[in-house]
Amino acid sequence: MYALRQWSVRHARGMNAFYRGFESALIALHPLWQRIGYARLERPVAAVEKSVKGLLFDCRMCGQCILSSTGMSCPMNCPKNLRNGPCGGVRANGHCEVRPEMKCVWLDAVAGSARIPGGAEALATVQVAVDRRLQGSSSWLRVVRERRGDTP
Amino acid sequence: MIFEDEPVPGYPLPILPGHTSPGRFERVLRAGQFAVTSELAPPDSADPEEVYRRARIFDGCVDAINATDGSGANCHMSSLAVCALLTRVGYAPVMQISCRDRNRIAIQGDILGGAAMGVCNLLCLTGDGVQAGDHPQALPVFDLDSLTLLQTARTLRDEHHFLSGRKISCSPRVLLGAAENPFAHPTEFRAQRLVKKIAAGAQFIQTQFCYDLPLLRAFMRQVEDLGALDSVFILVGLGPLRSAKAAEWIRTHVPGVHIPDAVIKRLAGAADGALEGRRLCTDMIQEIRTIKGVHGVHLMAYRQEEAVADIIARSGVLNGRVPWYPGRDSPTN
Repeated sequence: MYALRQWSVRHARGMNAFYRGFESALIALHPLWQRIGYARLERPVAAVEKSVKGLLFDCRMCGQCILSSTGMSCPMNCPKNLRNGPCGGVRANGHCEVRPEMKCVWLDAVAGSARIPGGAEALATVQVAVDRRLQGSSSWLRVVRERRGDTP
Repeated sequence: MIFEDEPVPGYPLPILPGHTSPGRFERVLRAGQFAVTSELAPPDSADPEEVYRRARIFDGCVDAINATDGSGANCHMSSLAVCALLTRVGYAPVMQISCRDRNRIAIQGDILGGAAMGVCNLLCLTGDGVQAGDHPQALPVFDLDSLTLLQTARTLRDEHHFLSGRKISCSPRVLLGAAENPFAHPTEFRAQRLVKKIAAGAQFIQTQFCYDLPLLRAFMRQVEDLGALDSVFILVGLGPLRSAKAAEWIRTHVPGVHIPDAVIKRLAGAADGALEGRRLCTDMIQEIRTIKGVHGVHLMAYRQEEAVADIIARSGVLNGRVPWYPGRDSPTN
């Protein structure tokens, strides 16, 4: 939902702080997830992630979330899937070249990043090419497994 | 300029220490010359002579010729093929690669293929959206973006393997370039984006059309503040405007092209709009060459290609230098 997406960017600081806490809890619960089995958790967790992040960020479930590095503006909403900054086609009114009715997601990303501690540094990080195999999978579970050295 | 280690013009040159390509364009840049590049509009034709005819227009006034890759999302001869034709006779093309039409498998193959055909310069672009061109019903690919494309090309060149990790026995020796638009929103982030592109592998930059010098100066200052002025060759994009009406149309219909009111007023006040457009271009070059960190200009004179030689000659930026072209040094010339 576009209005809610804009709201999330305006509240990027709170969103980021909440996610940090949420992520720590998920990581701490790694033994539990292991007992249940990550394979078994994948579908229900991905479904929850899709509905929550879909509502708040118009999440596209790329499976390799970088919202914390893009000021809580999902870069996969960019029609060119740009994860490293805006293209050169941004219109004079700040709207998208491809979808003129939509504000450039990178204008939001720059504004949102200014609200997040360390956001400017995160924005300057070069993001690697998207792994298209992860489309539709849970980014949350992936992060937990990576942090706990449990390679998915 | 003539390089003494250039036995057969057009053949790859020895790669000098600190250089990444065997190309003449890199030599000119690293020799500290003010470089001039232009853009060749690939033909809607399978006739190679069309390509050569379009290239000859720039003889003696440009150091490299960009071959566009479906610019404006319109279908034309591929940039790889145009470059292959150009290198056959010795021109120094800049092969533009856009992420719109091909995935990482096709792009990596094209980089190797281009280098094998003698291409020494790549310009890594995201590309215009398909909605802008003559095939709006096409699938936009965008598997990579301009930065990950730069990273990919650098991986092929410097790490000698594909993104998959599979080894390459002979790496593409290419100079890597990228575009930047200092005049589009968010302007406060543009210099930083340029720095990101340098971090991803960009060695030269060709900017979007510049019609706003104060904005360009502000951008260059930001690049300097970020300490990046010495790590990249910046060529400022320019193009002659035909008339006030054309300028008005471009700024409303072509995303990313910013034309200030003052420019439109100047064109509107002139008796001959096209002539004034060229004069404006010459004036801009003379201003731009004095800006710290600018290493050249990139002229995009779509459908006015024949104006490039005149604009460059009047601006005096070549300082008497005659960039190489097929036949330049032949006795009959």
